[in-house]
Amino acid sequence: MREITLSQAVNEALAEEMRRDPTVFIIGEDVAEAGTPFKVLSGLVEEFGTHRVVDTPIAEPGFTGIAVGAAMTGTRPVVDLMFGDFLFLIMDQLCNQAAKTHYMSGGKLNVPLVLRTNLGATRRSAAQHSQSLHALVAHIPGLKVALPSSAYEAKGLMKTAIRDNNPVVIFEDKLMYQEKAPVPEGEFLIPFGVANVLREGHDITLIGTSSMVQVCAKAADILAKDGISAEVIDPRTIVPLDEAALVKSAKKTSRVIVVDEGHQSFGVTSEIASRINEKAFYHLDAPALRMGAMDVPVPFSPALEDITVPTPEGVAEAARKLVRGEMIHAA
Amino acid sequence: MENGPNTNTDEYLRIYAQMARIRTFEDNANQLYLSAKMPGLTHMYSGQEAVAVGICEALRTTDKVTSTHRGHGHCVAKGANFKEMFCELLGKEEGYCRGKGGSMHIADQSNGNLGANAIVGGSMGIATGAAFSAKLLGTDDVTVCFFGDGATAQGLLYEVMNMAALWKLPVIYACENNGYSEYTKTAEIAAGSITARAEAFGIEAHTVDGQDVLAVNALSERLVARARRGEGPFFIELMTYRYHGHHVGDINREYYRTKDEEKHWRDDRDPITLFARHLMSEGIATAEDLDAIRAGIKDEASAAVAYALAAKYPDVSEVDMHVYAA
Repeated sequence: MREITLSQAVNEALAEEMRRDPTVFIIGEDVAEAGTPFKVLSGLVEEFGTHRVVDTPIAEPGFTGIAVGAAMTGTRPVVDLMFGDFLFLIMDQLCNQAAKTHYMSGGKLNVPLVLRTNLGATRRSAAQHSQSLHALVAHIPGLKVALPSSAYEAKGLMKTAIRDNNPVVIFEDKLMYQEKAPVPEGEFLIPFGVANVLREGHDITLIGTSSMVQVCAKAADILAKDGISAEVIDPRTIVPLDEAALVKSAKKTSRVIVVDEGHQSFGVTSEIASRINEKAFYHLDAPALRMGAMDVPVPFSPALEDITVPTPEGVAEAARKLVRGEMIHAA
Repeated sequence: MENGPNTNTDEYLRIYAQMARIRTFEDNANQLYLSAKMPGLTHMYSGQEAVAVGICEALRTTDKVTSTHRGHGHCVAKGANFKEMFCELLGKEEGYCRGKGGSMHIADQSNGNLGANAIVGGSMGIATGAAFSAKLLGTDDVTVCFFGDGATAQGLLYEVMNMAALWKLPVIYACENNGYSEYTKTAEIAAGSITARAEAFGIEAHTVDGQDVLAVNALSERLVARARRGEGPFFIELMTYRYHGHHVGDINREYYRTKDEEKHWRDDRDPITLFARHLMSEGIATAEDLDAIRAGIKDEASAAVAYALAAKYPDVSEVDMHVYAA
């Protein structure tokens, strides 16, 4: 199978959906000729024109609000939010307007909007360009949240997001834009709310999201050398969450670590671990463990930044302790 | 009174009836609050009727409006029914939003009303986006964004006016200047001129007497037609007054405005009284004609209130319905 980068996969998904549906358009900063700072959208303005690949002023609440109104009136905007950190700028438009419109209108109005943004530290970009804020939007009913973990996932989830009749926030991992993965030619969709078991195992379950799926896969490789069999699961979307698949794996292996790049406190790891502890309690040999990013603003210095996020070695070490039955505390 | 393009007697009487419908709706809503029959609070539109009616009479059903927390007037003026509106105010299943929105969130998409909004200035992006859709889809629908003088302090307005001007969107920003930002005189918190802010983006801006429904309508007819031809956006500042407090519970308000001031607007500047005088002096209607119109509306409102009070609440199974669209 051919291999393409995550960036190319997103570009393909957008191009295919824009060819299929003339109501799909892209709006955001530097999306047209610049193709975004990560060059994800290169070439789209040449094919679809500036009326469908719309460069905006640097005004995130403004263009997000415009997209919400456009989505309510017959179009399918894909909002390009250059950095996930800018979510704080658009909270009213996303959380008070887009998320609640369908409910507050008693089901009369829909907001079929996709917000493309990113997450991930270790790019030496410091605290305002490195956050992983998906838990923040996952907390708001009415929003769906997708976390692609590879080029294949990015394409299939993006196409599903564009066809969904709800506001969907897709977080891409900035570090993964140039990473290649096998992606079949032609049309495919990945449904929301269906977890992917990347690797089967029987001693421990490693649940990873987005950037942390690869961390879990590498941890599983390390553990295999120690004779520990780890199952690796990617929920793909945290809203909706395939709770049944996660609980099933927890019951099978009896030990779980949840790994996510958002801050650990009040985060995705807390939510998933808690659900597993509630639903698989009598099958567990130890409480499901959380491993998120440290509860600190992301520091600039490489010496500091690298220790704020989970690593394969850290996950493997925690897994070994769990399997041995040692009391451990989250990293 | 300025003579608008609506010279047909039926249209004049419809304008009168629409203003009377808003006033009657609000009088009933206020009574529902005072008699503790309505959950929560509501924000009265009384006094501002010429704004909503003068503008909405220039619109087609497919044209869009976005509304505010003080939104009953826009909703009625854009064609909504009393029955579904009162049901919504009382949280009943037959309300426009099945009781999930209430006074501050009534949306009536069948008449192009994209919804009231409880965030001051919250709908400026939505209105501009509706105009963006119209342009992308090639319809000639126009969107009117209603907001108050208080909302001109929100930064979002300036972000979206910039884009609307850059992209020549068919949107009209209608600033209902009733003089008060909640419990504070707007003069104390607004620097410079409101229309000059729109003009800074190259947007043609007008100020009009918001108590003169024919003046509002004549200006709106002109601007809506031009916006439909792609000459937008436009900005209108409509000078008006709210008779009640910020909301129905804002009773003692002498710390921010005098009773004399309120009396002056009610006695000398009431948009319905002024228009009635015009209709009578022009021989378009008699006092008896107008009394009959108002009496019919009162009966309709009483029946709608009685219906809504007796209507059923949504079933509790609806609580998690409509969180996500299918």
